[in-house]
Amino acid sequence: MNSGYAVPAVALVVVATVLVGAFGLRISRTTSDFYVASRTVGPRLNAAAISGEYLSAASFLGIAGLVLVQGPDMLWYPVGYTAGYLVLLLFVAAPLRRSGAYTLPDFAEARLASQAVRRLAGAFVVGVGWLYLLPQLQGAGLTLTVLTGAPGMLGAVIVAVVVVATVAAGGMRSITFVQAFQYWLKLTALLVPALFLVLAWQGDGAPTHAFEEPPAFRHQRSVRFDSTLDLMLDRPLTVTVSGTVDGRPLEGTRLALPAGVHRIERGTRLTFAEGSTVPAADRGGQAGMSTSLAAGREERPLYATYGLILATFLGTMGLPHVVVRFYTSPHGVAARRTTVAVLVLVGAFYLLPPVYGALGRLYAPELTLTGDADAAVLLLPERLIGGLGGELLGALVAGGAFAAFLSTASGLTMAVAGVLTQDVLPARGVPHFRLGTVLAMAVPLAASVLVGGLPVADAVGLAFAVSASSFCPLLVLGIWWRRLTPPGAAAGMLVGGGSAFVAVTATMAGFPGTGGPPHALLAWPALWSVPLGFLTMVLVSLATPGRVPAGTAAVLARFHLPEELRTEELRPEARA
Amino acid sequence: MSGFLAGLCVAALPLLAAGFWLGRRTARPESQGGLGTPVEHATFQTLHTASLAAPPLREGLTGETARRSARTLRSLLGTDALCLADDHDVLVWDGAGSHHRAEVRERLAGPLETGRGEAFRLDCDAPDCPVRWAVVAPLTVDDRVRGALVACAPRESAVLLRAAGEVARWVSVQLELADLDQSRTRLIEAEIKVLRAQISPHFIFNSLAVIASFVRTDPERARELLLEFADFTRYSFRRHGEFTTLADELHAIDHYLALVRARFGDRLSVTLQIAPEVLPVALPFLCLQPLVENAVKHGLEGKADTCRIQITAQDAGAEALVVIEDDGAGMDPALLRRILAGEVSPSGGIGLSNVDDRLRQVYGDDHGLVIETAVGAGMKITARLPKYQPGVHSAGRLTGT
Repeated sequence: MNSGYAVPAVALVVVATVLVGAFGLRISRTTSDFYVASRTVGPRLNAAAISGEYLSAASFLGIAGLVLVQGPDMLWYPVGYTAGYLVLLLFVAAPLRRSGAYTLPDFAEARLASQAVRRLAGAFVVGVGWLYLLPQLQGAGLTLTVLTGAPGMLGAVIVAVVVVATVAAGGMRSITFVQAFQYWLKLTALLVPALFLVLAWQGDGAPTHAFEEPPAFRHQRSVRFDSTLDLMLDRPLTVTVSGTVDGRPLEGTRLALPAGVHRIERGTRLTFAEGSTVPAADRGGQAGMSTSLAAGREERPLYATYGLILATFLGTMGLPHVVVRFYTSPHGVAARRTTVAVLVLVGAFYLLPPVYGALGRLYAPELTLTGDADAAVLLLPERLIGGLGGELLGALVAGGAFAAFLSTASGLTMAVAGVLTQDVLPARGVPHFRLGTVLAMAVPLAASVLVGGLPVADAVGLAFAVSASSFCPLLVLGIWWRRLTPPGAAAGMLVGGGSAFVAVTATMAGFPGTGGPPHALLAWPALWSVPLGFLTMVLVSLATPGRVPAGTAAVLARFHLPEELRTEELRPEARA
Repeated sequence: MSGFLAGLCVAALPLLAAGFWLGRRTARPESQGGLGTPVEHATFQTLHTASLAAPPLREGLTGETARRSARTLRSLLGTDALCLADDHDVLVWDGAGSHHRAEVRERLAGPLETGRGEAFRLDCDAPDCPVRWAVVAPLTVDDRVRGALVACAPRESAVLLRAAGEVARWVSVQLELADLDQSRTRLIEAEIKVLRAQISPHFIFNSLAVIASFVRTDPERARELLLEFADFTRYSFRRHGEFTTLADELHAIDHYLALVRARFGDRLSVTLQIAPEVLPVALPFLCLQPLVENAVKHGLEGKADTCRIQITAQDAGAEALVVIEDDGAGMDPALLRRILAGEVSPSGGIGLSNVDDRLRQVYGDDHGLVIETAVGAGMKITARLPKYQPGVHSAGRLTGT
């Protein structure tokens, strides 16, 4: 892809982010504009900020890639990512705000008055944050590789350096404005090219055949394989080969491959004829960016789908960077209004990635073979529209993708660094916050180098699973059940979140291979780990009735009563 | 395969970290080499055990603190069962033989009344019950019996009698310290009340005088000022809740400045720079207004031209950073240090040391005021307010729009 416009676009996004973050709308005012200067953040602005922080690389690139490879089944991802806010709205938003907690460990301490539970919650915040940062960095690496052909790690390193530099220097001061700006930037970056793409698709006669059936090549297309892989053919296929297939070196020969598995060596170029079906690729243990964990879904689709639904519905409330934004709402009711606005904004955004995925199935089906399905969003404008217009739209999408990495990564880094500084590192202070920031980013960066390719949307799904199994029981029971005890909360988080974490780590390490019930159980842990977490928390709490914190009734009253009822004095009447 | 190994390494990292943390937490002083003779060892051991029981007891004698300290106290005495009681009921029974709880409770009435220790035999039908004899040592604070410590043993023991008495005396000292802590908190609460009362006389007089001067010449302005005055006094006289929000405190400061501006006109120029994220932060009631009042006083002191005051509230991660800066006369740092230490009764900075004390009391010693000043160089006061602190909740809803 031509990088003539994309690189300046990415640079522009980075610079704009840093500038808005450092100076954004922090204009000095005299006392005559006092009411303007001290206006609290309204629900809509705060909602845009939450959405901006929330819509990550998984949303921007990953969903389109999954829809491209797996088809309409993957639409559960955007549904789940959005519906998580519905659960948050119903059960958590207002009481969480009224608790006065800024972070999840704060909530644990406010509700259970226990330093031990606070530290445990802090450990899980760090774990979830790191799991969530990992795909952001991988997405950045992929984007830069697609745009410029730079080595895979460069994008990740750039994002890591920019985020650490701005966060550590205290440059994210006006974080609400910068994140709100990022939301609108991301929406524009997907919406405008999508409109042009749909127009181009209409102009092409609006073909729809590939939405239902397996994707097929609409034109003759030649595909180069950068890594060795096994092709699985359901039926015989005729291709033109230059390279090595099944150990036979060939040069520009037409070859009829029978049904079955064929090994394509690295560097081979296959030319597919018009109308031929795109074969399925089997990468064995070496997962590429696009071999979704969802590959295991084909055996147990129902189980995997429910696992996904549970993880995304219940995991959103435990995302550390989302929770801290609710503190900005002035009161519980505003927190609810904010969540409703987030539902609208996020819902609107998620209409777009499936469009890219569906068009990708039509116009770029070979991405399923080369392991770059996550790049579909980036490649489509050039592929479908071409020329200067296509390049400019591609640059816009690239800028939006970088906005996604930067906003989510900086929000997560701030949350993780905050917990590391407050609860893990020995003393407080600015130097320690800087150390915490570096540590918060260094671990996922190292992990992304070591672990390598895991599909972006799947990796985020795993972070959701851990969050759903540890923080969802803590928040829901903490807010709605007065018999929760500190030992119960600690045990529930350890058993639920811990088992999900172990399952996630095993999956990331490639154990126990692909396919089969054990793999499905480990790749989609939420379905058993969330009930396990709830059950442990309830049972251990019931077993330790003497440990219910002393002020529980008062604390729950504060969570649930509207703020007005706490003041016995009348508010000032409206001024004439 | 390399991917698997790499994943394993990543998985092992948090486990290693957790192990390190656990190791540090559980490392006990006695494992730090064989220091001293066996007797000294025993002394160290005893002192360490006692130090573990101290923190809960320093919060006073309640069911919760008794439960948290009972096990350590029992290991200090080395008995089979230990029981802590307050002046009317048994709070906790740690160890074997809890079926004697009711019996012990009855026998406690005497010692609680007289304040003298007692030892008695326990009747028991269970043949394997290790609890046959109990010694009661009263816990006295300021010559009043607050409760009792009961140690139980299989047979009479003069050593236990003596040891229980000593431990009870040690516990009594801790409870006395807890009382001291409480009275210190009460003192600070009283100081807050004093500060509230202190604002009014000065300020009410000046404000009323300035409003009076407008009544004839500009009745509309006078009316507005009266409303500002009403709002400010409503805020500063309110009696509920110790804490407020930054937004409410800033509004009070705005009312205050409106009244001051009416007095000094163009000589006072105030700039605000406030991050909206920090407006919901809860903070002690009236702890920024005295700082602004101080800045106004210093800014106008011995100067004929304009005084500039800058009020900034920044978002800094888990904290809000509030800076109040003036370009006035400043102060000698040595004098300021003595005012803050309470050695000199201040003439001008009446609120500074009080605000500093309250911030330290609420947020801990590392959250006191940071003041940068020199004679003739103005003054810059920085306050760091954590967004969340256990026990700090603003009463009521934000007034912000």
